[in-house]
Amino acid sequence: MLLKRYIPCLLLKNSGLVKTVKFKNPKYIGDPINTVRIFNEKGVDELIFLDIEASPQKQEPNYKLLAEIADECFMPLAYGGGIRNIEQAKRIFQIGIEKVAINSSAHSNLKLISEITAIYGSQAVIGVIDVKKNLFGKQEVVSNSATVKHKYSPEEWAQELVKAGVGEILITSVDKEGTWEGVDVALTKRITDIVNVPVIAHGGVGNVEHLRQAIKDGGASAVAMGSMVVYQKKDFGVLVNFPDKEILEKI
Amino acid sequence: MITIIDYGMGNLGSVQNMLKRIGTLSVVTSDINEIEKAEKILLPGVGAFDAAVKKIDELNLRTVLKYKALEQKVPFLGICLGMQLLTRRSEEGVLKGLNFVDAQTVKFNFGNDASLKIPHMGWNFVKENKQSELTKGFTPDYRFYFVHSYKVVCDKSESSILRTNYGGEFDSAIQNGNIFGAQFHPEKSHKYGIHLLTNFSKI
Repeated sequence: MLLKRYIPCLLLKNSGLVKTVKFKNPKYIGDPINTVRIFNEKGVDELIFLDIEASPQKQEPNYKLLAEIADECFMPLAYGGGIRNIEQAKRIFQIGIEKVAINSSAHSNLKLISEITAIYGSQAVIGVIDVKKNLFGKQEVVSNSATVKHKYSPEEWAQELVKAGVGEILITSVDKEGTWEGVDVALTKRITDIVNVPVIAHGGVGNVEHLRQAIKDGGASAVAMGSMVVYQKKDFGVLVNFPDKEILEKI
Repeated sequence: MITIIDYGMGNLGSVQNMLKRIGTLSVVTSDINEIEKAEKILLPGVGAFDAAVKKIDELNLRTVLKYKALEQKVPFLGICLGMQLLTRRSEEGVLKGLNFVDAQTVKFNFGNDASLKIPHMGWNFVKENKQSELTKGFTPDYRFYFVHSYKVVCDKSESSILRTNYGGEFDSAIQNGNIFGAQFHPEKSHKYGIHLLTNFSKI
């Protein structure tokens, strides 16, 4: 039986770890290397690192930091942020990171995905979809850390990404991110209903019940968590933590 | 000292890092002379079967690998695609595998069952099929990280040391004497992977 995956999703900014709320107000959490060491000890399933500044600021991925992270990481590792071409993706794989998460670049250059999967396989690419409600409450696809809006619906974009060859999809609700309110189950379900690749639900997880909802009601294969694994609890201080294996296995 | 074969398929950083962590020296090379001197060989690999076979043949590594594995009988471990390369053929391609273990590589086929995704990706359990030095000390809660779309089927059950269930059981670790294969990624399976690579380093 394949286990569901519970994945800390960690945000990078200027070589430090930060946490946002609805993609805004990044607060400093700590040193990424120390955090990885703690997650190693806790035996987490997988880690995702997203650089929240790389795409909007048109920066290169921080290869030096990523190499240090990969050195410490004895679990599968994904990185997203600022990947615009195959050469950058190659450097990231050479460092020892097994997956790249592609978001902003896919909107202008969908071909990048097939260029990467042709060499590294579909399992090496996560297609990232950020979704945000507009003033009329309609959920729109956004990119570049939610600074750019796109016309197509989340479902349309998910299907495009799968057609382009992504091995899984990370769906993030910008409106839920950092809120501790639970993931957008309906949005997750809309995507899991129409794609045949694993879907990672992200944004809003505050407790184990939220993980269960994303899996059981949303149909997700995995759930990514941010605030819950870096804060003691809502509105409390930093504490890197992870639910016990026994609790997760009961979901 | 473990010699990691570098034939340009997939990342070698994490394997090296984990070996460093368990205190085993390793060298990464594609040089025939260096491979000839190897005490132990680790064949990693991520990607497509034919692309890997082509690279191995372009680098003229087939003969030296065969000599080390089948004649000198040094401990030899293939990981992921590296394990599939130990078989005689794969449904993923048309080129010949190394044929070090009596087995073949076939595609996962779940018919119309949409609940089982391909690739088989994530953490899954392993069940002992046959005792082996590679898996000594494993307990039933042991799990590993898998990413693959093709699976290995051994001709005889005795070549299979671990089995894993994903829409039916498949051979997740194999052995032919000094030659071992692991379908999962020990280098990405923290304490469980450290255990397996420590076992391999002691063989």
